[in-house]
Amino acid sequence: MNIKENIKTLVIKKPLKLDCGKTINNFPLAYETYGSLNKNKDNAILVFHALTGDQFVTGINPVTKKDGWWSYAVGPNKSIDTNKYFVICANVIGGCMGSFGPSHKNPDTNKIYGTDFPVITINDMVNAQVNLLDHFEIKKLFSVVGGSMGGMQVLQFISNYPDKANTVVPIACTSNHSAQNIAFNELGRQAIASDHNWSDGKYLSNNTLPDKGLSVARMAAHITYLSKKGLQEKFGRKLQERDALKFGFDADFQIESYLRYQGSVFVDRFDANSYLYITRAMDYFDLVKQFDGNLSNAFKKTKAKFFIISFTSDWLYPTQENKDIVIALNAIGADVGFVEIKSDKGHDSFLLDVPDFLKTLKNFLDKSYSER
Amino acid sequence: MKTEYKIIVDLIEEKTRVLDVGCDDGTLMESLKKDKNVDARGIEISKDKVQTCVSKGLTVIEGNAELDLKQFPNDSFDYVVLGQTLQAFVNPEIVIKELLRVGKKAIITIPNFGHWKVRLNLLIKGTMPITESLPNDWYNTPNIHMCTIKDFVKFSKIINFKIFKSLALTNKNISNINNSNLFYKNLFAELGIFLIEK
Repeated sequence: MNIKENIKTLVIKKPLKLDCGKTINNFPLAYETYGSLNKNKDNAILVFHALTGDQFVTGINPVTKKDGWWSYAVGPNKSIDTNKYFVICANVIGGCMGSFGPSHKNPDTNKIYGTDFPVITINDMVNAQVNLLDHFEIKKLFSVVGGSMGGMQVLQFISNYPDKANTVVPIACTSNHSAQNIAFNELGRQAIASDHNWSDGKYLSNNTLPDKGLSVARMAAHITYLSKKGLQEKFGRKLQERDALKFGFDADFQIESYLRYQGSVFVDRFDANSYLYITRAMDYFDLVKQFDGNLSNAFKKTKAKFFIISFTSDWLYPTQENKDIVIALNAIGADVGFVEIKSDKGHDSFLLDVPDFLKTLKNFLDKSYSER
Repeated sequence: MKTEYKIIVDLIEEKTRVLDVGCDDGTLMESLKKDKNVDARGIEISKDKVQTCVSKGLTVIEGNAELDLKQFPNDSFDYVVLGQTLQAFVNPEIVIKELLRVGKKAIITIPNFGHWKVRLNLLIKGTMPITESLPNDWYNTPNIHMCTIKDFVKFSKIINFKIFKSLALTNKNISNINNSNLFYKNLFAELGIFLIEK
């Protein structure tokens, strides 16, 4: 891992009781902001990142030197217009971009936590991040926005803090993981655990990295982010820099080469243990169960305006799962809009250049902001 | 704005909760919000139109009335509006019952298949009628359950709902429909507008 000098960090002194029963305090929460907070402090948007995202939403990520993960949606004049809004994003706890995570040292033992790090949940992530509101003296956010696991955090946030946001935008997400979702995450975790270098999570102390395992985990997950049609159109059966099959196990097909590349660049920027912890948090997330089988109760206390967006080709968190949230909100007469955006780009649509999505998100936010 | 919408806006009381089923580009919802201070929600099947509504700041969900009315609790709206789409549903009876479950009142408008032009069209030409308000051919029309104003009045007795107010729209003129003029209104009105209750 690179030395992360340019990372803004808030040390959270207030003890945070985790769902697993342990309490943490004096822990770091790394964050980034874009745009500026207005005088009334009513233009702030808290963006939540997905599984492998981080606080560097847009512009050049100072650590990876690549574009921020939501550069299409966030920036001057973009959907989340940083000329207008003050955007805050924090690295989730359990993550590996500066926030308290398994690659940190345990002050009691002076050893890297590894799998001794407490198991964290989406609820814990959100409860850690709400401290940013106090830090910036923001009483109420204009909006909470996030896709995928970011969407789960959006739902948990408004459920925990019903008065802390005017608008709520969960994108391509679900109120709990299906067996298929858990299965894919388990595949990723087992890929990491079966890499010899993982050494029960103690690889950092051993100066090794389970990069083979982490890369396979990423490859498998990456397939779930794309649609069959999208893959077929982009790669089909095209061969990789060759005219004929080589009758071996080299990457003959372009799709193989593409996935291998995706796996290899991922290991440079992501920590394997963080991958275990965050996928676990996603699997454990169950807002329906938290409210005794009635999702509507999660939103009973809020007056916020919801806007839910799904994508036609997303089979990881399909439209119906997004719609279940809409149904739960309508059942209590909440203010909820919903649209399914047509896109062949699969679950990843929310991260990509999908004009209908970007336009709709912008319209919703800007119109709600002018009418607030 | 269409005369039809003006009539609907007049029928709706101020500061009520209204669900517009098949809200199209949100024109009616906008004037309900503006003129009657209504808490308006919409359902619309077309993605493009939902996006148009969002750009106008309207609260709309993409959905199909036959499937998506289910999610709303009983009496969750003061009015539910269904503009010129009853004839396009597979089961109009279920739809009307759903409208009256979700809403305390419903406003339904129907293109009148009893209009003289429609009748003449079929009588003289012997082909399925095509008029300004019914512009499609028989093979590509979404309208599978056309009815006349008279049919709708009859239907209210069959499935047992109350018609509180019935209005006829003829050449942008509005008039009341009653038992004595039903024959004429059914012949001359292009559109029937009904305020109904359980």
